[in-house]
Amino acid sequence: MSPGPNPDYCEHFNALGEQLPGAGSTWVNNARRMALAQFDQQGFPSPRDEDWRYTNVSAIEKKRFKPLIPPGDAAADAGWLKRYRLNDAWSLVFVDGHFSARLSDVDDVPEGVTVQAMSAALANPPAAVEAEFGRVVGQTSHHGFVSFNTAFFTDGVLLHVPADTVLSRPVQIIHIASEPEAATNLRNLVILESGAQAALVETHLSMESAGSLAVSITEAVIRERAQLDGYLLHGASERAFRFGGFYVDVGTAGHFNHTNLSLGGLLVRNEIHVDLAESGQCALDGLFVGQGRRHVDSHTRVRHRGAHGTSRENYRGVLSDRSRGVFQGRIVVEPQAQKTDAQMNNRNLLLSDEAEIDTKPQLEIHADDVKCAHGVAVGQLDPESIFYLESRGVDPVSARNMLTFAFANTLVDGISLAGFRDIAQDALLALFPEAGIRKDWL
Amino acid sequence: MMLDIENLHARVEDKPILQGIDLQVSPGEVHAIMGPNGSGKSTLSHVLAGRSGYEVTSGTVTYRGQNLLDMAPEERAREGVFLAFQYPVEIPGVSNIYLLKAALNAQRKHRGESEVDAMDFLRLVKEKIRSLDLDEQFLYRGVNEGFSGGEKKRNEILQMAILEPRLCILDETDSGLDIDALKVVADGVNALRTAERSFILVTHYQRLLDYIKPDFVHVLAQGRIVKSGDASLALELEKKGYGWIEQEMAAVA
Ligand SMILES: Nc1ncnc2c1ncn2[C@@H]1O[C@H](COP(=O)(O)OP(=O)(O)OP(=O)(O)O)[C@@H](O)[C@H]1O
Ligand SMILES: [Mg+2]
Repeated sequence: MSPGPNPDYCEHFNALGEQLPGAGSTWVNNARRMALAQFDQQGFPSPRDEDWRYTNVSAIEKKRFKPLIPPGDAAADAGWLKRYRLNDAWSLVFVDGHFSARLSDVDDVPEGVTVQAMSAALANPPAAVEAEFGRVVGQTSHHGFVSFNTAFFTDGVLLHVPADTVLSRPVQIIHIASEPEAATNLRNLVILESGAQAALVETHLSMESAGSLAVSITEAVIRERAQLDGYLLHGASERAFRFGGFYVDVGTAGHFNHTNLSLGGLLVRNEIHVDLAESGQCALDGLFVGQGRRHVDSHTRVRHRGAHGTSRENYRGVLSDRSRGVFQGRIVVEPQAQKTDAQMNNRNLLLSDEAEIDTKPQLEIHADDVKCAHGVAVGQLDPESIFYLESRGVDPVSARNMLTFAFANTLVDGISLAGFRDIAQDALLALFPEAGIRKDWL
Repeated sequence: MMLDIENLHARVEDKPILQGIDLQVSPGEVHAIMGPNGSGKSTLSHVLAGRSGYEVTSGTVTYRGQNLLDMAPEERAREGVFLAFQYPVEIPGVSNIYLLKAALNAQRKHRGESEVDAMDFLRLVKEKIRSLDLDEQFLYRGVNEGFSGGEKKRNEILQMAILEPRLCILDETDSGLDIDALKVVADGVNALRTAERSFILVTHYQRLLDYIKPDFVHVLAQGRIVKSGDASLALELEKKGYGWIEQEMAAVA
């Protein structure tokens, strides 16, 4: 039996819960209290749970992370931050789970649009927030990271776009973990009313050797014909722990596109769960890079709830050293979701004998008139390609590095948001310094 | 001498494929190699370019006075050996222009020269790509990614034109080309012809040799050069096929 969570967490909550955002709201308090009770019961997920079979988080369970640390953004260096900041975006920067107005830029948000720190929004929560908070995640994920986050979140972003409004600039959330051994919780809520469009970029970073746990949960409600383009770059230090959940409810003819770049951390799990109503579409792209002893888990779930939906999934893994990658992709087609068109693909490059990949695509189809396909590949670099490069004068080590970079880069190259593509390419290049890839030649 | 191949034997796994090749290529010469499918033409090209998986069991290959077989593939390339592949490889994620630049700079570094100037390079590449009737967009696509058969072949010639090798080995670069593309490729090759540069053209078709006039034509069969002649041999082969050569061989044996 699981020993239950670290009792310090509950004590902490009892001591500091009053200072958490939304403490003045009964429903927020209730949500937190219920989540805490649940977390106290279940603790962090166990490998006995089928969805967590390949990712053992007992290292997180055993650590005594500090769950509620006081605000302070002194450690975040604005110069360093520049490398990750989009040029033309509304940006909300959080340091150790707390909003930093000094580092953020939310000027000139159009009339009727809300782009706000959750801590500020919950001081006087709009009705839409009360109606939607916890709803989307509640229909799909109930494990300990979710309840931990609901109980302890210190901040996050509320993005609310009114009907038929197209945001002219992306919204960027930057989270920096700077305090060693801190457990930070961000909670974001995105509501796009019918026909609205927005791009949301999440950048999760840590300062060198932070060794902290960062939990981030985003719920997105995409109503009829609305479109959300989500981008995630996780580039934390090699000692960092992360759980990231992105839970999405796509309304009729709505679109959700997501790019998940998991490039850092020690033990990382990302969940992307999408519910699609009639004629809803989603495209989930992902790249995970394992180096050293990193464990990186990508868990996707697409549920087709209505007819004529389309889903595309394309995940790539690059695993070297003693790293381990997990891809669990599930597609569920409900009985009423006729004419569903779903495709899922996961390709992996295993660069060392000690690296490992567990890839598990699952199709659960309850309708008969559907088109569903999945493909999985695990392989090494192609000798023919290596020879081709050598025959052009490229030395074998550079050839291998070039091909490895190329395999990962095809995903980054396909990113439509140019500013983010540029940042992502830098982050990718930084992972393969010995590749000798010259960005100015790309 | 540009290239001197003597009594070259090579096998793949336990299968002997090259069974005593003799071939001398002097600077400025164009040699055409023809021969039936499976006779060993690509194998010879690969062995010259240094592809692994072939075991040379006897014989020598001397390239400009050096033992070619001792050199790593990338060294051969930097020393001026170029193989245009029969089946060029697709490399998504590396742009065509990136590879061109990496290849050219590897060669320049080998010669002790500095990196090519970015503007000069772009000018050079744009000039060459135009002469090959390829759209500039091809430079920014992944190497051969989604290129048609003919586009891949033209791309090989583009690389060759940029790298300016000493010895160009073209393995069926004419296969799969329409008549216009064949002309473009042949023009590309002819533009590179100098008194110093040598060519080995592997081909099945006389029509390429209408455009690129060879100094010698060799017939490769069962891993040996069984007949050599001038350009007229190709015309004869076109008319009569390879059967008569095999009969001649059988008569000798
Ligand atoms: N890796 C390999 N393993 C086994 N056999 C091989 C291998 N590579 C080549 N061969 C064999 O060697 C022989 C010569 O092949 P090669 O590709 O050199 O022929 P070719 O003359 O280029 O033919 P084509 O005109 O069809 O291109 C063929 O019988 C081929 O099957
Ligand atoms: Mg061949």
